[in-house]
Amino acid sequence: MAHQPLRPRQYLILGLVALCAPLGDTCLSRGMTNLPRISLAHPGSLIAAVFTPWVAAGIALLIGFFASYLTALSWADLTFVLPATAFGNVIVAFLARFWLHEPISIQRWAGIVLITVGVGFVANGPSLTERPAPSAEKVADLGAVVEGEHVR
Amino acid sequence: MNTPFPVASSGFWTAALMIAAVIVSSTAGEVLTAAAMKSIGDLDEIRARSGVKGAIRAVITCPLFFAGVSFLALAFFALLFALNHLNLSLVAPASASLTLVTNAIAAKVFLKENVDRRRWTAAVLVCIGVYFLAH
Repeated sequence: MAHQPLRPRQYLILGLVALCAPLGDTCLSRGMTNLPRISLAHPGSLIAAVFTPWVAAGIALLIGFFASYLTALSWADLTFVLPATAFGNVIVAFLARFWLHEPISIQRWAGIVLITVGVGFVANGPSLTERPAPSAEKVADLGAVVEGEHVR
Repeated sequence: MNTPFPVASSGFWTAALMIAAVIVSSTAGEVLTAAAMKSIGDLDEIRARSGVKGAIRAVITCPLFFAGVSFLALAFFALLFALNHLNLSLVAPASASLTLVTNAIAAKVFLKENVDRRRWTAAVLVCIGVYFLAH
């Protein structure tokens, strides 16, 4: 059965999913490494960490990620959306190479190629698992229930 | 002193436990959230029909969504805790790549998704790729 191709808007949502997650994680990492060690005996200090600038910026980006992630999950399978989140690592690596002029090792180039091929594999397939359509009897039953509700 | 794993001052099993906590809570959260979004329907269509408020209402009135968000919040604090004790170069690739595999298994078992050979191959390729990229 032929699958429906994604619309440009849906590609945009997947792009936001890919970009916001790694940028948010990077901000969180920078914020948390700047803080002193946190122990389980003082869990309140984890809450206080949320209000530091880098952690707060990370959370704002992750909220943007979550909104686009939820939208993507409403029209695509989890196993279709997840590789898109990993593609964000590739975007960050390219930004580091061509914007920040950081060197990228052969191992990292291999990682980039593997993720790109993996995402390509999924993107060429259907975005949603085909479910069998409800039988005619079930549709008729549902229609009767809805009519009953209207009568009441 | 050189340690075989970049686990700072934490032991191997403590590090493994911290990463496992991130993976388990994250997988549970993502599967529950995906189930919630499937039960709600296409958010783009809901937004076109009832506006942004309608779409937000559809999401926040779904109990499954809150169960998923609770587990994702747990995963978030487990990640913060792990990042405070372990190096990013260990936590990021280990949790990100292993979560991809556990999610593929959970999606097949609990969400009945069609995880065919194409998706398994993608999950494994991305998993190895993330490890290479972040290690």
